[in-house]
Amino acid sequence: MSAPAKLPRWAELGVLPLINLGVALVLAGVIIKTLGESPFAAFKLMATGALGTQEGIGYTLYYATNFIFTGLAVAVAYHAGLFNIGAEGQAYIGGLGTGLVCLYLGMWPFWVILPLAILAGAISGAAWAFIPAWLQARRGSHIVITTIMFNFIAAALMTYLLVNVLIKPGQQSPETREFSANAVMPAAHELFAKIGVTIVATPLNLTFGLSLMAAAGVWIFIWRTRWGFALRVAGANSTAAVYAGISPPRVIVGAMLISGALAGGLGLNELMGSQHRIMMDFPSGAGFVGIAVALMGRNHPVGIVVAAVLFGALYQGGSQLSFDMPKINRDMVVVIQGLVILLCGAMENVFRAPLTLLFARLHGGKDTE
Amino acid sequence: MSKEPAAPPFTPPDAPPALELRGIDKRFGLVHANRAITFSVAAGSIHGLIGENGAGKSTLMNIVYGFHRADAGEIRVHGRTVEIGSPQEAIATGIGMVHQHFMLVENFTVLENVVLGVEGGAFLLGGLTAARAELGRLARNYGLEVPLDTVVSELSVGLQQRVEILKALYRGAEVLILDEPTAVLTPHEADQLFTMLRRLRAQGKAVILVTHKLREIMAVTDRVTVMKQGAVVAEVATCETTPRRLAEHMVGRAVLLHIEKRPAQLGASLLTVKKLEVRDRLGVVRLKNVSFNLRAGEIVGIAGVAGNGQSELLEVLAGTRAPSHGEISFGGCDLVREQLDPRARRALGLAHVPEDRLRMGVVVEFSAADNAMLGYHDAARFNRGGLRDEAAIRAACAEKMTEYDVRPCQPELRLAAFSGGNQQKLVLAREIDADPKVLLIGQPTRGVDIGAIEFIHKQLIALRDAGKALLLVSVELDEILALADRILVMNAGEIIGELARADATEEKIGLMMAGVRAEASS
Repeated sequence: MSAPAKLPRWAELGVLPLINLGVALVLAGVIIKTLGESPFAAFKLMATGALGTQEGIGYTLYYATNFIFTGLAVAVAYHAGLFNIGAEGQAYIGGLGTGLVCLYLGMWPFWVILPLAILAGAISGAAWAFIPAWLQARRGSHIVITTIMFNFIAAALMTYLLVNVLIKPGQQSPETREFSANAVMPAAHELFAKIGVTIVATPLNLTFGLSLMAAAGVWIFIWRTRWGFALRVAGANSTAAVYAGISPPRVIVGAMLISGALAGGLGLNELMGSQHRIMMDFPSGAGFVGIAVALMGRNHPVGIVVAAVLFGALYQGGSQLSFDMPKINRDMVVVIQGLVILLCGAMENVFRAPLTLLFARLHGGKDTE
Repeated sequence: MSKEPAAPPFTPPDAPPALELRGIDKRFGLVHANRAITFSVAAGSIHGLIGENGAGKSTLMNIVYGFHRADAGEIRVHGRTVEIGSPQEAIATGIGMVHQHFMLVENFTVLENVVLGVEGGAFLLGGLTAARAELGRLARNYGLEVPLDTVVSELSVGLQQRVEILKALYRGAEVLILDEPTAVLTPHEADQLFTMLRRLRAQGKAVILVTHKLREIMAVTDRVTVMKQGAVVAEVATCETTPRRLAEHMVGRAVLLHIEKRPAQLGASLLTVKKLEVRDRLGVVRLKNVSFNLRAGEIVGIAGVAGNGQSELLEVLAGTRAPSHGEISFGGCDLVREQLDPRARRALGLAHVPEDRLRMGVVVEFSAADNAMLGYHDAARFNRGGLRDEAAIRAACAEKMTEYDVRPCQPELRLAAFSGGNQQKLVLAREIDADPKVLLIGQPTRGVDIGAIEFIHKQLIALRDAGKALLLVSVELDEILALADRILVMNAGEIIGELARADATEEKIGLMMAGVRAEASS
């Protein structure tokens, strides 16, 4: 028989995520309660820590920038039917490209460095995604496995480079020398100061704007170009793609190059915007959070931006929480984030069936009476 | 079709029906799939159940077999009210079902498949010995001979179906439901099946035959129930009705079962295939030495039981599969040597309506508008300044939908929301609107209801009359006979014979489909 009734769009995009988020918070609340703290106080602390002050908002959006890039990376691959677990490694190597431009072309003016840094980050990230993509397209090696392995290879390669090659001579910690002032991304408070608005200094920087532009670009590419159409056809039904004259192997490689390039944007925020040097493990898990962000944002750029801000808030609010409530340490914050990922990402469909039934009841009742 | 004298009723006339449904009602969300259905089948009878796709036949049978639970209503078996919550409970109450897609373990033997789930103990040997004896008895009683120790994958489709029937009988089925049983059979195999069903009837079993083929209803059933939009619209004795009246009940209006067409006006040769050979990934030959030629203004029908190379032939011609050997001349070039992909072939004027619409022809998650341009997404008319021209895409789709009467006329709607017939009309519109010289078309009316079949057939004949060449692959012999001007019969990857439409009879084609070469074939 025909498919069961569908949820209205507003419920699909609004109500369902809210229910999922609500259940995640209830579960987190139970855990906080067991630890002997008040869940309400804890959530209030997280909320004010993330969104209650200018500083909190700045940090939240700064984290969100990373997640937007990695979330978009995962989403583009997803639309081509690929599960890119390798955004972490692609961001790492992409950042290397950006960082090298900043280190070695630092004498040039910022507006020359910026496009080169963006390009270098994108190309390096894409290059790192290319090998797993090629292996999938031509040899059928499963991209989930290869991209995971490439995360490890990227980490090992970066450790080698930072310890043996790029390290600033005469220091112990494996990081490069600081970028020149020309190669530093303008911070949000500096940009606002130019138009006469004073805000608190945070790591939030111009990259946030770039990430929003990337989101808009992804939307146009996926839904408004024929290449995006071909990519979605190949992702949704590869047999139909062949029938339509679309080559799935080419789509696989193309989608992964774009995916890797987007992941490479993380280095702009993290290195040019905040650390001003290449250091160990600067993506710090954002590649994996990107998977949750893409899932929760339904692989749509708008959803991804919203989800990225939510996860940014969880990060920022979480660190505030572990700071102010000693019983809740860093690991507990990770547990809370994990619950959100679990409920909003992996288990997003658990409440769909009951909700659909409820809507069908409400509507069905009207029909017969 | 061979006629046997009507079997005398095995049970006394006042006995309760073998299966009786009273007021069965079922909703899926907003869809009212079954509306207060009352339906009964007497023991010792064959009852036909027909209706268009989405009429609710499958839902009803799935309720009887315990896949779904009815929202309201009562099921009685031999006059006793029963609760059927699962297929296991259905089997326990004596209801058996043979699905359209067999539920067999391919690398088990027939015997192992039959006892699967009812082995009767921790050790197999005892159960297998008992089963062997019981199956011997069933084979004698019903003429259901099957080699018990052969692995199922080595059996023909007809024999596999027989194993499914044996499975049901072995589990004590008194009511046997067959869902579209002849879809995969040659005409001869279908006749054998009907003979078997008549024997079952003579032994007092109740048989429910779910089908959309009116011919079969007329040939084998005693009574027939017609469903439309979830409700029973007619129940009649088969001998008191005609195919035309049944079709009218199904569709709700008069339907042309046979379409008048003019004699073919043959034009120039458009497509020539020489010595085409295809091997699959394991190196098995799927298509061998296929040569033919297609002329403007004709419909060439490829008849054959599913899986005899027709699919491979279509795919090789359309360019979604590479041949291992051979030539395809079209539009002044050899498509094989130049390795043209499907897009390039479309550009030359070779359009393709694939056999398996859902797997290959459409993306059901996408909107109708997106599907109406699949394969033509690079065309200038759908793009503007590097971006897709959404307005043009929607407008082109709306235009096709109006012209081909696709309902609902909503280009934005996801394709999955359309019925099979409407999806097929959209695919057909897409390929015909591209104004091809040659149209390859596989199973044009598979999963399409009678009303839409009439429309699609008319379109194909109109295309022929406009001087195009059509290659029609269909497992429905009726369809081949209705449309084709020339018929090629395939068996085991070869073209085993060719018949002009005037010489073609169901018997001749049926023999060739089974692998018997025509003596006169040159």
